[in-house]
Amino acid sequence: MNWFSFSSPATFYPLAGKLIPLFWVLATLLGVAGLWISFFVAPADAVQGQGYRIIFVHVPASWMSMFIYMVMAAWAAIGLIFNTRLSAMMAQALAPTGALMAFLSLWTGAFWGKPMWGAWWVWDARLTSELILLFLFLGFIALQASIDDVRRADKAGAILALVGVVNVPIIYFSVKWWNTLHQGSSVSMTKAPAMAHTMLWGMLLMALCFWMYSIAIALMRVRVIILERESHSDWVKNLKALQS
Amino acid sequence: MSAFFAIIRRDLLLVFRRKSEVLTILFFFIIVTSLFPLGIGADSGLLRKIAPGIIWVAALLATILGLSRLFISDYADGTLEQMTLSPTPLVLLVGGKITAHWIVCGLPLVLLAPVIGIQFDLNSETLGTLILALLLGTPILSLIGAIGAALTLGVRGGGVLLSLLVLPLYIPVLIFGAGAVFASSVGLDVSGHFSLLAALLVLSLAFAPWATAASIRIAIE
Repeated sequence: MNWFSFSSPATFYPLAGKLIPLFWVLATLLGVAGLWISFFVAPADAVQGQGYRIIFVHVPASWMSMFIYMVMAAWAAIGLIFNTRLSAMMAQALAPTGALMAFLSLWTGAFWGKPMWGAWWVWDARLTSELILLFLFLGFIALQASIDDVRRADKAGAILALVGVVNVPIIYFSVKWWNTLHQGSSVSMTKAPAMAHTMLWGMLLMALCFWMYSIAIALMRVRVIILERESHSDWVKNLKALQS
Repeated sequence: MSAFFAIIRRDLLLVFRRKSEVLTILFFFIIVTSLFPLGIGADSGLLRKIAPGIIWVAALLATILGLSRLFISDYADGTLEQMTLSPTPLVLLVGGKITAHWIVCGLPLVLLAPVIGIQFDLNSETLGTLILALLLGTPILSLIGAIGAALTLGVRGGGVLLSLLVLPLYIPVLIFGAGAVFASSVGLDVSGHFSLLAALLVLSLAFAPWATAASIRIAIE
């Protein structure tokens, strides 16, 4: 099977159409399981009571926002290097979902912070860098939206995404050294997690659910972008779904 | 290398023929910093505390104002296109333009800063730190800003978009620059801040001209 054949919008469009229901089903199943564990199975936290349960949305949203930025930059780089149309479309399709995740992470973080810290917002490293990540997503979307020529918009957006990727760790550490008040990371690769196993399972299931959701919604968006950009081509004119 | 200096000479000459554009930016810097005491009150203890942040934020905004004119006239009259076609590497020419921009928009801020600092009742040692920090920091602002200026060439609402793209990237410079001045004003060691600013400068010197040159090529296409 030649995977590169899918780098053409005409072949990717039907493939994405077949994959979307699969990812929706996965997202729904994982979401139901994750929510069930996080609300009914996971015990209340010894210190934080029931209020901590917002992390089952907050942590996956933060992870996804950072991960989506990396994936977006990777697609942008591939688009810039190999001059493939579809990669740039993928980057464009991912950006709104990434911005949504960053916003969701800040919003749920505020709800968590109010009972735990007594403040909706504190100028702590992770909050601040998440906010800056949101700005980077919005800048990418704004730049792409304001350039009419799509090829130029793709390339300019790609350079911006790459500059952003170089800057994300610098921004993160500068803000970290500037001020830190956030609780230490609860999940780490190097030491055993300091939380009950059921809590960890809930969080992982929710993270997978968010992941599948992001793929599904990005594929739906990329299909729309393909139709928009390829509207002049014969294969789009001959699409059965658009005939009626 | 002679092309590099020729570009600097040309850009400086252009600026001196029409001084008002640059002077406006300098007055903007002075006015913005003078507004804060008027809005906050003349308590010298408070002013001394907020001075580093205010001066640095004003420097960031003044740089942004200057950036929109970095490439735009050359883009409009086709000079930029000729530069991409010239046998001299575009990176070198872009480097020259960025250097000229810093001499015109960055260096005057460094020289003006002590005057502003005196308005905020900073002592002489802190003023020295402020000058050094701005001297290290303003070239980074010009370098990173040039990428944004090249990306927004000929784009609708370019000026506002430019600030949206570039200001988040300025945050590390703001943190360490203002941090150095603040540390010095409370008698702490500032060498760490200076090392980090210098590291940022080296990093942006190494990457920003290339990213800017690539962005210009995209804009010209």
